[in-house]
Amino acid sequence: MEYIDILLSANFWAAAIRIATPLIFGVLGALVCERAGVLNLGIEGIFVVGAMCGWMAVWLGAGLWGGVLIAALAGALFGLLHGILTVPLGLSQHVSGLGITMFATSVSYFTYRTALPKVSSPPRIDAFQPLDIPVLSDLPFIGPALFQQTAMTFLALAMVLVVGYVLYRTPLGLAIRAVGDNPSAVEAQGLSVFALRIGAIMAGSALMALGGAFLTMSAFDAFFFGMISGRGWICIALVVFASWRPGKALLGALLFGAFDAFQIRLQNEVGAVVPSQVFLMIPYLLSIIALVLVARKADYPRALLQPYFRGQR
Amino acid sequence: MIRFEPRTNVSSLFALALPIVAGITALALAAIPIAAAGGEVFAAYGHIFKGAFGSKFAFSELLARATPLIFTGLAVSVAFRAKLWNIGAEGQLYVGALAAVAIGSGAISAPSYIMIPLIMLAGMIAGGTLMLVPTLLKTRLGADEVVTTLLLNFVVLLFVQMMLEGPMKDPMGMGWPQSEPMTSAATLPKMMARMRVHWGLVIALVSALVIYIMMKRSVWGFEIRATGENVSAAKHAGIPVTSTFIKVGLISGALAGLAGVSEVAGLKGYLTADISPGFGYTGIVVAMLAGLSPLGVVIAAIFIAAVFVGADSMSRAMGVSSYIADLIVALSLICVLISSLFVRFKVRFVNPKKTKLTAKGDA
Repeated sequence: MEYIDILLSANFWAAAIRIATPLIFGVLGALVCERAGVLNLGIEGIFVVGAMCGWMAVWLGAGLWGGVLIAALAGALFGLLHGILTVPLGLSQHVSGLGITMFATSVSYFTYRTALPKVSSPPRIDAFQPLDIPVLSDLPFIGPALFQQTAMTFLALAMVLVVGYVLYRTPLGLAIRAVGDNPSAVEAQGLSVFALRIGAIMAGSALMALGGAFLTMSAFDAFFFGMISGRGWICIALVVFASWRPGKALLGALLFGAFDAFQIRLQNEVGAVVPSQVFLMIPYLLSIIALVLVARKADYPRALLQPYFRGQR
Repeated sequence: MIRFEPRTNVSSLFALALPIVAGITALALAAIPIAAAGGEVFAAYGHIFKGAFGSKFAFSELLARATPLIFTGLAVSVAFRAKLWNIGAEGQLYVGALAAVAIGSGAISAPSYIMIPLIMLAGMIAGGTLMLVPTLLKTRLGADEVVTTLLLNFVVLLFVQMMLEGPMKDPMGMGWPQSEPMTSAATLPKMMARMRVHWGLVIALVSALVIYIMMKRSVWGFEIRATGENVSAAKHAGIPVTSTFIKVGLISGALAGLAGVSEVAGLKGYLTADISPGFGYTGIVVAMLAGLSPLGVVIAAIFIAAVFVGADSMSRAMGVSSYIADLIVALSLICVLISSLFVRFKVRFVNPKKTKLTAKGDA
């Protein structure tokens, strides 16, 4: 009976959306990169960079939206590095991505430690607060469940629309999708494969960094070491589950958020009997299951992982 | 304009020099963050070098640090050679350590010459079995092993924490989440008195030699290399690609499992949830620096260990954050990746202005 009660509480749905928010950013970011034909395993490190830069900018006195902007720029910068390594240089996307993750993570940790050498408890900032939207936030049940989120959650939802619109309704989106499927056809149209791919990776990486920034500027109000704990990798699994579509990406992230929120509440119910680690494993196992379920019929962008050199057929 | 021209023959000396140049470049680039953190750059390098090679104790620390990295570096190099992207060495290390502790902390009592092989076998089976799961998910269901191995690392670490807080917790551990200590028969002896370097190092070196011979001289080695070069060509040539992937997965997982065994039986004596500061991930850098060569792994592991041990001591002396070591390691990976370009291509700098001028002159 308690299980039904969980699903019927507005709190649960609010938590599900909160947990889904960084994943929405991350899955969208990975989706944009992969649609252009480049796997970005730098995602885990770019989350860390976004989390650290956004938080630090605000801590140093920037406004909250200034922090968001700086996080996105920092993410795009690491995206540029991944883009240069994998697109014109055509180096292994796997190794480059892992390198970016290690580089971005260690730069962030080093910077944080250098700026704050001896803090026992991480300093806090005034983070984004849940919005109070007239009428909507006051609706019974739906109000607290859906409309008492922070601005960054609404930004994530808006990004789903933006990415969907750009990919499917604009010539640029057509070019990005084509460059991930058949780059030589794009070049035949007189467009630059390099520019499209690098641009897509930078935009995708900026989105990933926003996922990290959400964690330190909205979900929490401080930066912790190890706070990303695999969220980036989960996004890489979810993008396959979402078959590279923005709408399904939103659905996948929300489904994941709901499972995770449910698991946290279940922990309160039966936590005395079952060790907490069992619950903490669930998100990772769920991601593996999600990946395995769709793996057979996954329709990967056809040129994913394939470097392209000018004039190549 | 920069032009890449394919290189036809590469001298082995040139191929050998590239990773060394990459490593040195990474070290040199670290001057920027060191200076930014307010450290005296030349003094910092002095401290790093002295901290790694400056005394017998330092050198022992260096070799103790290199031991697990040789194992995980080998694990990654075997897997990457077949283009099986095993990023799960971290998790395989932990299950290997868990298996060693399960058998070696009092469950079985036997003389040392039985216990040591037994815990090694247990660790290899545990690590190999863990890697078998993503390998089968790849070969049977087409699930990308990069993501599954990465995610399993988190699952395993949580599982280890659960065991250390539950059934495998040491009742004499003052409440700390740690396992019971290994019995003396299941402990790898130290190689020098009062030094931490232990016989796990010798096992690591022997493993490197065995893997070298396997890759160079055996049919398996040939099949692994052929699969990595071109899966469909290997298939056409009649190489059993699926079973090759499974073999590679088992060998790779087993090697990473040995890293865990060697850490608990040789260095720590018991298992905690933080025995590995990312040896599995660092193994990727070691393998790439080594150009995936098993003997190269030994040298690359010593280099990376020197960075960690040296940077630790520099950090203590100068107050520069010890994350500088992770930064140098990450830069090494990126530098060695870029340097691989020079093996495949000659890089020519062509000045477009100059070409225009000559064209004018001709007309």
